Amino acid sequence: MAYSEKVIEHYENPRNVGTLDKNDEHVGTGLVGAPACGDVMRLQIKVSDAGVIEDAKFKTFGCGSAIASSSLATEWLKGKTIDEAEQIKNSMIAEELHLPPVKIHCSVLAEDAIKSAIADFRSKQTAKKALSGQ
Amino acid sequence: MQIPIYMDYHATTPVDPRVVEAMLPYFNAKFGNAASRSHAFGWTAEEAVSRSREILAKLVGASNPKEIVFTSGATESDNLAIKGVAELYKEKGNHIVTTVIEHKAVLDTCKRLEKQGFEVTYVPVGKDGLVDPDDVAKAITDKTILVSVMLANNEVGTVQPIAEIGKITRSRGVLLHSDAVQGVGKVPFDVEAMHVDLASITAHKMYGPKGVGALYVRRSKPRVRLVATMDGGGHEFGMRSGTLNVPGIVGFAKAAQIMLEEGRAESERILALREKLRRRITGELEEVFVNGSLEHRLPGNLNVSFAFVEGEALIMAIKDVAVSSGSACTSASLEPSYVLHAMGIGDDLAHSSIRFGLGRFTTEEEVDYVADLVIRKVNKLREMSPLYEMHKEGIDLASVQWAAH
Repeated sequence: MAYSEKVIEHYENPRNVGTLDKNDEHVGTGLVGAPACGDVMRLQIKVSDAGVIEDAKFKTFGCGSAIASSSLATEWLKGKTIDEAEQIKNSMIAEELHLPPVKIHCSVLAEDAIKSAIADFRSKQTAKKALSGQ
Repeated sequence: MQIPIYMDYHATTPVDPRVVEAMLPYFNAKFGNAASRSHAFGWTAEEAVSRSREILAKLVGASNPKEIVFTSGATESDNLAIKGVAELYKEKGNHIVTTVIEHKAVLDTCKRLEKQGFEVTYVPVGKDGLVDPDDVAKAITDKTILVSVMLANNEVGTVQPIAEIGKITRSRGVLLHSDAVQGVGKVPFDVEAMHVDLASITAHKMYGPKGVGALYVRRSKPRVRLVATMDGGGHEFGMRSGTLNVPGIVGFAKAAQIMLEEGRAESERILALREKLRRRITGELEEVFVNGSLEHRLPGNLNVSFAFVEGEALIMAIKDVAVSSGSACTSASLEPSYVLHAMGIGDDLAHSSIRFGLGRFTTEEEVDYVADLVIRKVNKLREMSPLYEMHKEGIDLASVQWAAH
């Protein structure tokens, strides 16, 4: 099946491949999917004290569409506030990459990864506040 | 060297130029209908078909050319063999034995017969992708009329012990059908020596044209009879009606002739190339697993799982090379390969499998190019893979609680 030019472009030049320190209190990590399903996405965000995502990294085990979806997600995340990031929907990713119906689940996984990374970051912040007795 | 490189010889093969040349006169100068008995046009076509039958009989080791029934291809041959036998022998019994790794043309035919009240036993395979003849023996009951086991598997290239299975079926008075499509001409196959009663073959897997195949149907000791699936003029000894595809049949026979003359030497050359590809890939990359027995295997088949890399992503990365994958993402069903699954290979590794098929026109230069490219791209994709990173950190991926979706 033919891939869209945008998928191929992201796949061949993936943005923000890499790893952030998952123990850093400013970093949220989302790991979604399963090897047995053929796709695993790890998305990480680094959030400034002002609540802005200043860095995002991904690593993905999956098909070209999965890699492109996570690459695009990191691009969109950078510079957004947490609240803005939560507004990213799988349909936006699918539309931007012209994903065919059989590949929609790749964009769903990317949305899950974003939500999971945000949840991880928030739980760290909650734990920190609890520790400092606020 | 020409780009793209074709390494998907199990899917289909290019038609050998010598085959094309042999076929051409039968499109125009010798265009007759082989069933026209009243004039020279028909006789010329009939003679060509007769000569072709002889060559194809020789290819499978048949003693009588009339045991070759021409069809449109292996799917039709498999359907005709299994449905034809089931229909004719249903008074004798309603049980069929086959294997879990057969081609869909066999499996789905069996599934349809199950809906019609037949019982089918699907014999498992081992981790090496081989059928144990003992399992076949144990599956046979007094109701069994047919056993169907492929000669060589289209995905992992494993060559099944047909001779041993033939001994069992013959001694138990059960018919043996073999889908010999992938193996014939490439590995030893002889219907007499192996006690095979029906065999499906096709031209396009052996450098002949698409749309023409044959079913070998034994005529003596035992004489196999079939109910035809197509009604009409009673062509092909009443087993397959329809005007014969004379140019296709002539091409099929030419392809078979080349296999008879050159097959052995060709298999040796292809095996050497495959082994070079295998040694380079497994020697220069870690965590690479060859799927299926190396010993009992088609010379041109290399099926490999590259752990931590998804098969479709790798296919995309090596888009200058035509290969296929057992990954779900390359199929419409999103289910990974049932063949790998039957061998007990985990879904994660099934998603990481690539099938390389080497053949007549594969060169050493192409093998080197493909090995270099695959090694480079697997390394690149692993750098992008969270699973590889976890593996490097010493995390046992099997112990992780994945959120399956």
